[in-house]
Amino acid sequence: MQITKDLIEEHGLSPEEYQLIVDTIGRDPSITELGVFSVMWSEHCSYKSSKIHLKKLPTKGEQVIQGPGENAGVVDIGDGLAVCFKMESHNHPSFIEPFQGAATGVGGILRDVFTMGARPVANLNSLRFGSVENKRTSYLLSGAVAGIAGYGNCMGIPTVGGEAYFHESYDGNCLVNAMTAGIVKKDKIFLGFATGVGNPVMYVGSKTGRDGIHGATMASDVFGEGGEERRPTVQVGDPFTEKLLLEACLEVFKTDHIVGIQDMGAAGLTSSSVEMASRAGNGIEIDTSLVPMREEGMTPYEVLLSESQERMLIVARKGSEKAIAEIFEKWDLDACAIGTVTDTGRYVVKNDGEVVVDVPVTLLTDSAPEYERPSARPEWQDELQSLDTDKLEVPKDLNDTLLKVLSSPNIGSKHWIYRQYDHMVRTDTIVLPGSDSAVVRIKGTDKAIALTSDCNSRYCYLDPFTGGAIAVSEAARNISVSGAVPLALTDCLNFGNPERPEVMWQFEQAILGMKEACEKLSIPVVSGNVSLYNETSGKSIYPTPTIGMVGLIDDVKYHTTQWFRDEGDRIALLGPITDELGGSEYLKVNFGLDKGGAPMLDLDIEKRVQEACRDAIKSGIIKSAHDISDGGLAVAIAESCFTPSGSIGAEVKIDSAVRPDALLFGEGQSRILLSFDKAHEDKLKDIAGKAGVPFEVIGSVGGGKLKINSLIDINIDKIKQSWEEALSVLTK
Amino acid sequence: MKVAVLVYPGSNCDHDCYHVAKHVFGSETSYVWHKDGPLSGYDCVIVPGGFSYGDHLRPGAIASYSPITEELRSFAGGGGFVIGICNGFQILCEAGLLPGSLMRNKDLKFICEKSTLKVKSTNTPFSSEYKEGEVITIPIAHADGNYFADDDTLKSLQDNDQIVFTYADSNGKELPEANPNGSLLNIAGIVNEKRNVLGMMPHPERAAEEELGGTDGRGVFESIIKTIG
Repeated sequence: MQITKDLIEEHGLSPEEYQLIVDTIGRDPSITELGVFSVMWSEHCSYKSSKIHLKKLPTKGEQVIQGPGENAGVVDIGDGLAVCFKMESHNHPSFIEPFQGAATGVGGILRDVFTMGARPVANLNSLRFGSVENKRTSYLLSGAVAGIAGYGNCMGIPTVGGEAYFHESYDGNCLVNAMTAGIVKKDKIFLGFATGVGNPVMYVGSKTGRDGIHGATMASDVFGEGGEERRPTVQVGDPFTEKLLLEACLEVFKTDHIVGIQDMGAAGLTSSSVEMASRAGNGIEIDTSLVPMREEGMTPYEVLLSESQERMLIVARKGSEKAIAEIFEKWDLDACAIGTVTDTGRYVVKNDGEVVVDVPVTLLTDSAPEYERPSARPEWQDELQSLDTDKLEVPKDLNDTLLKVLSSPNIGSKHWIYRQYDHMVRTDTIVLPGSDSAVVRIKGTDKAIALTSDCNSRYCYLDPFTGGAIAVSEAARNISVSGAVPLALTDCLNFGNPERPEVMWQFEQAILGMKEACEKLSIPVVSGNVSLYNETSGKSIYPTPTIGMVGLIDDVKYHTTQWFRDEGDRIALLGPITDELGGSEYLKVNFGLDKGGAPMLDLDIEKRVQEACRDAIKSGIIKSAHDISDGGLAVAIAESCFTPSGSIGAEVKIDSAVRPDALLFGEGQSRILLSFDKAHEDKLKDIAGKAGVPFEVIGSVGGGKLKINSLIDINIDKIKQSWEEALSVLTK
Repeated sequence: MKVAVLVYPGSNCDHDCYHVAKHVFGSETSYVWHKDGPLSGYDCVIVPGGFSYGDHLRPGAIASYSPITEELRSFAGGGGFVIGICNGFQILCEAGLLPGSLMRNKDLKFICEKSTLKVKSTNTPFSSEYKEGEVITIPIAHADGNYFADDDTLKSLQDNDQIVFTYADSNGKELPEANPNGSLLNIAGIVNEKRNVLGMMPHPERAAEEELGGTDGRGVFESIIKTIG
């Protein structure tokens, strides 16, 4: 087939990139080769615009067993065990077809984790949709949630936490970020290496069909009007087959038949075979005619680029083929040899013996184009950050304002969502969804892991550097208030079109902010994913570097939730009283403004506040601990009042000259709300004093009302109802 | 007591049931793969929750044709004790070991939450350690838990005291508001006429340890252990 200019463009390659291929291989590529280059050099697989910036993130630490570059990151938790985790985006497919898009997002991230030898123990998801007024928002929300539920529930992996956020910047491009954590024995970790020349390459799992061809290329492009037409590029998930694949893989991992293994995710058979060969510095040869197919007449091009789900590529020990096939047969799955590892350093694909691809492996991976795209701070950034609060009138009825903020879908209860997720299966979920972090115990030990996902994209829009640093800090705060020490993070960097200098600037700044927070808080990045081109009809999403974080609790007895417990307990603020309104949910809800700077962040104080909180929890005197974040202090107090079994009131008095709305709704960082028995007040003061952090007792738990100074005086059940019904505008 | 936990392709509460039977209650417990057997030699068989065969066709429909289900019929026919939880309940109904069937929840959504139940009958080997009328809290997690049977069947269930658990409010009232999935008579769990086969949608294995926030499910295990001895 003649390779034309149009064909090159359809494959998402620039003329310069095409010329590079021709120059390197010394001829025009075949159509199959063009397809292979198209997916391997896509933004999604090659990270060509982001690589240069990602290198700045800290990835090392004594707890790190496996950093970025593998299917998932792995962190040591002692007792010979490790946590394996990663977060990944499935944004474009979810916007086109929310149920299947979100479902296969979950399926993909689960495979990334169990391919490492880990048994998945928890799922989380971070969802962002357009404004409540947008007609499509409700459809996307219910579709994505049902898709996540359908897949995770069937797999029997609890979905224990996450976030959901609504904003008009996502009107044309929703975000579905899925995270999985698994537990693996430290000495039983499997990697994606095609080592051992002559070893057989085996295909296991579902048969290959024509679904999802060019998914990776689609995910690397902007949308125009009519993105729905791309529906055929969205994969279709089958969680039942994936459950069988999970059990079969875990069974085969107990043997010593396997050398390397990788999930066939984006760019399917192509990327898995190429990447495994590349990591091992070997060549690989496969024959597409040997691949189990569910449709007739598939071309090598289609077989290589299909993104059919629930498939894995295994490099086996020579002679182990039969033993492996027997295990997969037990689970009614296909398993067959389709090629071998070679020492040629070339990626060779045959179709029934006839060579259709023959190119150097490194040209597809390490030598793929890398760009330092131009970046520039947008001219409108100054205007965006200017906020004259003197011109904003403090609302007369702050009770009413509190109700308004609590009924914002961004603040309100997410019960409607997580009720659809099985969050208890595996009988390990110690803290169910709704608190700052989920806590999942590890049977056979006293330990538990805490998990959270976090990002405030409004902060990132106003000030990408600080926003990036806050995303990391707040995730760590969520972990710390549960009593856990943050171990490491995974990131899902969702941004607009990198060919726009202002987007590249946001990306660069957010990474630098993340880097600073990671270094200060000693939290390495161990895995992640970049999703660019989140743009529709020229409009980019708010920069959204979602952080997924895992922490460790040594003794599960000392875990804490955000909910007040007993009448008469004291309430204290650990951290400063702040006077700022920039980027707050209150400004948006009350004045319709996304303006001002992001909240100020002092990483020194942040670190000490978190340490003091963890020390206090470990000393056994804390009854509740809650991160003060979106919605500010008033919302945090209210949320602590809304216990899972009902509600309990609180009375708070703060002596401060800060303007009332900033005191109640300002989103100052590095602040934690604690409650404790009054007998422990001195001890707590002591802990805070030693850490050098502000600490002030501000009230007590009890009664049926929430009272804050003379500003708020309202029935607790009334505000709980508003908070509980916040999502109903979208779900009725 | 020797316990078998069946494993069908797609079972996913098998580990949880095994954990509770073995580690919480110390019973001798084994997994039994659906193509293996025999079941003779076991005192109690647990058919766990999950999505056997991906819920394809109807939940439990394909599993009811699995080799182990035939074995289960003779085990139950011989008086062996069987506990079907969630998908296990669905399988037992599809296999004809329990009357009625479980339809899609009335709001068509998967529901995972703690549900309050009323213990209707303590006259079974699975509920003897509860008090009659006691209100207990046990989580549910299902998309198809909407119990349906024809009027004659419902009447005989009532006449023979076969309804073991119903969805109720915290005062034990079987109100429509307390019914999460639309089940007729608020039914959450039943036994067969011979009273040796229990099916229930709520998950007692998820409410057997204090750390998980409740122990009201222990009664099911304690009852059967006491019965068998």
